[in-house]
Amino acid sequence: MRIAFFGGIYNNYLALAAAIEDASLRGAERMYCLGDLGAFGPHPDRVFPLLRDNQIECVQGNYDHSIGNDLQDCQCGYTDPRDNWFAQISYNYTYVNTSLKNRHWMRALPSEIRFEVDGIRFLLCHGSPRKTNEFLWESTTSTHFLERLFQDAGADVVLGTHSGIHWQRQLNGNRRFINVGVLGRPENDGSTNVWYTILDTSRAGGDRAVPPADMGPVEVEFVPLLYDHERLAMEMRQEELPPEFISTIREGWWTTCLEVLPGKERGEGRY
Amino acid sequence: MTTHVEHAKCPTVGLASLDELWFQVAGTKCNLECSHCFVSCSPSNDKFGFLSLETVRRHLEDSIEHGVREYYFTGGEPFLNKELVPILELTLKYGPATVLTNATFLKAEWVARLRKAQDDSIYCLEFRVSIDGPDARTNDPIRGEGTFDEAVSGVALLVQAGFLPIITMTRVWDDANDQNVLGQFRKVLAEHGYDRARLKILPRLKIGAEASRTEGYGQFDRVTHGLLEDYDVGQLICNHSRVVTDRGIAVCPILLDSPTAILGETLNDAGGDFPLSHGACFTCYQYGAICTNTASSPMER
Ligand code: SF4
Ligand code: SF4
Ligand SMILES: [Fe+2]
Repeated sequence: MRIAFFGGIYNNYLALAAAIEDASLRGAERMYCLGDLGAFGPHPDRVFPLLRDNQIECVQGNYDHSIGNDLQDCQCGYTDPRDNWFAQISYNYTYVNTSLKNRHWMRALPSEIRFEVDGIRFLLCHGSPRKTNEFLWESTTSTHFLERLFQDAGADVVLGTHSGIHWQRQLNGNRRFINVGVLGRPENDGSTNVWYTILDTSRAGGDRAVPPADMGPVEVEFVPLLYDHERLAMEMRQEELPPEFISTIREGWWTTCLEVLPGKERGEGRY
Repeated sequence: MTTHVEHAKCPTVGLASLDELWFQVAGTKCNLECSHCFVSCSPSNDKFGFLSLETVRRHLEDSIEHGVREYYFTGGEPFLNKELVPILELTLKYGPATVLTNATFLKAEWVARLRKAQDDSIYCLEFRVSIDGPDARTNDPIRGEGTFDEAVSGVALLVQAGFLPIITMTRVWDDANDQNVLGQFRKVLAEHGYDRARLKILPRLKIGAEASRTEGYGQFDRVTHGLLEDYDVGQLICNHSRVVTDRGIAVCPILLDSPTAILGETLNDAGGDFPLSHGACFTCYQYGAICTNTASSPMER
């Protein structure tokens, strides 16, 4: 079975619509979202009908937990004053522009989703299996730490999104951690496309009687997605969102929330 | 008897998950002798000694079964340990590494080797450089004559090699002045080729010089059971870290001087509950895990 996974949407409903269409064309039979529906982008309420109309089940991200429970900030845990200043702008904008109905809907989202397909146990989380707002970056997450998380989680494939750049690590016994990327903003690489992920379980196939080590690995495809980013930028201007956010959408470099990036990932970017 | 009563009154914290393993790799030896150093490091303090490459290797191996996420190196000044470069090269085969340094004792050839080690690894090597103000006038009275210029040259070496060091500064100015100080710092560092400096202001700690400058810890500056209600103990380093020293495994990098801080010989016997009976514990309670990188200590939801 082919399954599509969408990471943080950050109000980018145009990318979400494009991703749904793209994933359908690629034969995805199911679609999931790993949370953080709001943030930088315009018109938060436009995300929800797309999710509901396409039966996309969602994990609750830290942003959704905050907005849904009327908290004061997004719980990304920045200590840098500039990062906090910008994070607060998008948070306040998203909060006042999200309907009560949608906020209640986010409050009720689960912090994880589990299911089994072709004998493979999936765990969908937002940050890490143990904490919604834990950042797991490729360069700061040791393999034996992941092995420990997997042992505690009892899963073969764990998917998350929170940190915002896609990556994967193969573990013992064909188990795998995957950060699916985000639809909300480009990956700090100077390109305007965003990313989502498609998994194919057909080659892995089997039942639990077969130990996962003897099954084939799931096939992971990270999909770069083009969408109408100029239209998004225009709508952000109309909504008077900060030029810093708009430049990220148009130029592909992160300009804010940089504090949490490890040196290695940050070195790939411009700011 | 009294100690028992004291202990009953004082809450304890256990090791919930060994996420960060620290190495007191230079012991208490430092080329500097800062007036606010909370472990009183100096060129002559050898209370704690260097760790050898072999000792580090053994604990890196041990750390696998504990699922340690990342490794921190501190002292004293880590670069005084002649084996530091091979130690970091080895560590980057196991996981991400962060070095806390004063950057006044760096050599270009070491930095070049470390850059290569990072390129060869999937993991990140971070440097946290302490400089206590944007100019010699603010920094040098605390850290020593000429140390501002030396540290800034050290930072320039790291930047030329492609690293993005995190500059940590203790707030020895008024809170209201933060933006001003950060602005000045950015300007100075940009002049030395670091135009996207990662800056981090650390809160004033009532230890070392600060203890005599202000009132130090009062008798009631202690963590109590009441304070821990609804508190996320994950904010405390001792809840998710341990420190390898040449005298055994210590509970945290802050209490090294305390005789009770050494918990055992190996990681396996260093997991027990620790009483939060020290004034410094109260500082941790207030400010959280200020010694680790931001992304390592997310807030509890
Ligand atoms: S550089 Fe650091 S370890 Fe050395 S004396 Fe100063 S504060 Fe202490
Ligand atoms: S000083 Fe801080 S880290 Fe150390 S034992 Fe006390 S609370 Fe824990
Ligand atoms: Fe998130």
